Amino acid sequence: MRDLVSDMTNCLRARDLQVRSNGKALLDVHDLTLDGPGPTLILGPNGAGKSLLLRCLHGLISPDRGQVVQDGTPLNAYHKARQAMVFQRPVLLRRSVAANLDFVLKRQNMSRTGRKDRIVELLTEGGLEDKSRQSARSLSGGEAQRLAILRALALNPETLFLDEPTSALDPSATQMIERMVLRASSRGVRIVMVTHDIGQARRLAADVVMMQGGHVVEHGPAKQVLDVPGSEASRRYLAGGLVT
Amino acid sequence: MQNFAAEFNSALALILEGDSELWAIVLLSLQVSVFAVLISAVIGMPIGAALAVARFPGRRMMIVLMNALMGFPPVVVGLLVYLMLSRSGPLGILELLYTPTAMIIAQVVLVTPIIAALTRQVIEMLAEEYSEQLRSLGVSRLASVPVLLWDARLALITALLAGFGRAIAEVGAVIIVGGNINHVTRVMTTTIALETSKGNLALALALGAILIGIAVAVNAIVSALSLRAEQEGLRHA
Amino acid sequence: MFRGIIRAALITLGLTAGSAWAEEPFIVVQSTTSTQNSGLLDYILPWFEAESGIDVRVVAVGTGQAIRNAINGDGDVLLVHAKTDEEQFVADGWGVERKDLMYNDFVLVGPKSDPAQIKGGSDILTALTAVAAADAPFVSRGDDSGTHKAEMGHWVATDIDPTQDSGSWYRETGSGMGATLNVASGMDAYTLTDRATWLSFGNKLNLEILVEGDPRLFNQYGVILVNPEKHPGVRANAGQRFIDWLTGPDGQAAIESFKLDDQQVFFPNAN
Repeated sequence: MRDLVSDMTNCLRARDLQVRSNGKALLDVHDLTLDGPGPTLILGPNGAGKSLLLRCLHGLISPDRGQVVQDGTPLNAYHKARQAMVFQRPVLLRRSVAANLDFVLKRQNMSRTGRKDRIVELLTEGGLEDKSRQSARSLSGGEAQRLAILRALALNPETLFLDEPTSALDPSATQMIERMVLRASSRGVRIVMVTHDIGQARRLAADVVMMQGGHVVEHGPAKQVLDVPGSEASRRYLAGGLVT
Repeated sequence: MQNFAAEFNSALALILEGDSELWAIVLLSLQVSVFAVLISAVIGMPIGAALAVARFPGRRMMIVLMNALMGFPPVVVGLLVYLMLSRSGPLGILELLYTPTAMIIAQVVLVTPIIAALTRQVIEMLAEEYSEQLRSLGVSRLASVPVLLWDARLALITALLAGFGRAIAEVGAVIIVGGNINHVTRVMTTTIALETSKGNLALALALGAILIGIAVAVNAIVSALSLRAEQEGLRHA
Repeated sequence: MFRGIIRAALITLGLTAGSAWAEEPFIVVQSTTSTQNSGLLDYILPWFEAESGIDVRVVAVGTGQAIRNAINGDGDVLLVHAKTDEEQFVADGWGVERKDLMYNDFVLVGPKSDPAQIKGGSDILTALTAVAAADAPFVSRGDDSGTHKAEMGHWVATDIDPTQDSGSWYRETGSGMGATLNVASGMDAYTLTDRATWLSFGNKLNLEILVEGDPRLFNQYGVILVNPEKHPGVRANAGQRFIDWLTGPDGQAAIESFKLDDQQVFFPNAN
């Protein structure tokens, strides 16, 4: 009964998580639970451990201590297969736009026609329908990142991690990405996204995780954390962030 | 010297006008070297890719060894292959000495380390770029090898052509194991060596010109391909 | 078993000597550069091949290497010019029987300027002594070939050990006759060569024949079947057939009719 409930809620939890390097803790998260319905945005200065946390949650890095728990059980291959991640710099295969999506779909043992239909659907979702046969490596930065998101969505993930996906993009390209993220969220995909852009956090976040020096200093509803920061670290970061 | 230039021109004209015996030699050179490079690719590329992707004890040592083998003197390779294939050698019963197959074997020994080493470099660089993304997509280390090989195809073709260049220009090994037998194992480089020893320097040089022509053609293909690869890379960045 | 599998695989690929690359039966002859570079073998072999249907594959190396290759079993017939070594080869059981085939002669060539003043002489020992006395550049094969063995024999007879001056006036190339002639013509040096290679050599530059006609310059060629008891793979029947043809009337006549610059270069003497 308990499992059924947690399955429905998609509860991702980091417990006593530590990543160390040369005796120094790069990440040290005591307890972080992500179970709200809307997008979670992770904010914090460089070196705060945001990307590291994302990689731990996605299972790309095994923590030196502690664990990531999904729906009450330690993160396993079954869970990982229901996660996807988009990186700061999109890593596209040296093939056509369509082939990049097909690569993922093939791995799901979809039929030829099923894949074809799904590719059209995805390309339309990302506004890339006329670039299907173009080499993925020849896309603009914004287009490439959209394709990377589409490829992640092709996995039908329950959780989508995004690591500063718009940091290198202009405002209009950023806007297109944000719309895709919100649409995915509204379809029930849990969004966990790292950003430097406080404006972006305001536009997208349901809840915000504030990090500094490898620690989570604050986690709460976006409005509360961004408008009435509860810690000195958050206040300083937001003040600086507002200036730049 | 003027005399020599005239001799060279007439020799070149003679060859280009279609001396069928000479074209048969050119054809055999190409056959042997293409075959050798294909076999080297089948052996060398998986080895190179495995060294790039896998982590196992002794890997560093193998890479050092492979890089050292790239500079193996062809004459030594020829001698080793001769000792293997000689009737008094372990593989003598196969009767392969003084056949094109023997030359292919020698060239495979020479070219495989080159292709393996270049493949490792190329795949290691690409793997660095792809590794997180592929793992995120649930692609295992082993399953990533064909993906990496395919996506590095342009750079790998360059590696193949580099191997081909070494194979077709090689003389020390093939003359020992092939024996430079007329109509059987006489290739461009051994013909050049023979004509030089006969003192027919103009003819030898004309043959050299054709070999250079082939090398230039090969290099033109290489540069066209790498230019294409580079452009795609630039547009991406 | 293992070898059988390899063999089957290679035959499937069409790569072994006996399959796609060449259909007809063949023999491998280990011979010297002089017989090949002069064009003699290219001239006479078509007759034998047409008559017998046996393809003759010639590996042309120095006599020393040819004998070593034959000892390894990598040839069916040995055709070289170093009688003592050939007899030793047969005595050691590597060859079946040695037969005289033909002869020609060595000549001492050198630059027209002739710093050792030996031109026109017919005594090879006097000439070599003069070259050594003049410290005039002399190029030696230095490769254990038949020509090299002959040259060393003459030095022994003069009581001069030129190898003590190796690197100064005495230069050892360690290469074939043609390559050695290229070195000699490039540095205006003296060298000993067989007449056939000399006549067919295309890069003489300033070189010419200075000493010839000494009976000691006689150059005998012999032919031997590699012993199939030592190496079962030896194609003894085809090899013997080739030797019989060479030493028989047809082969001897073919050798006699081979000419360079209208000169007969090899003199058949198989009896």
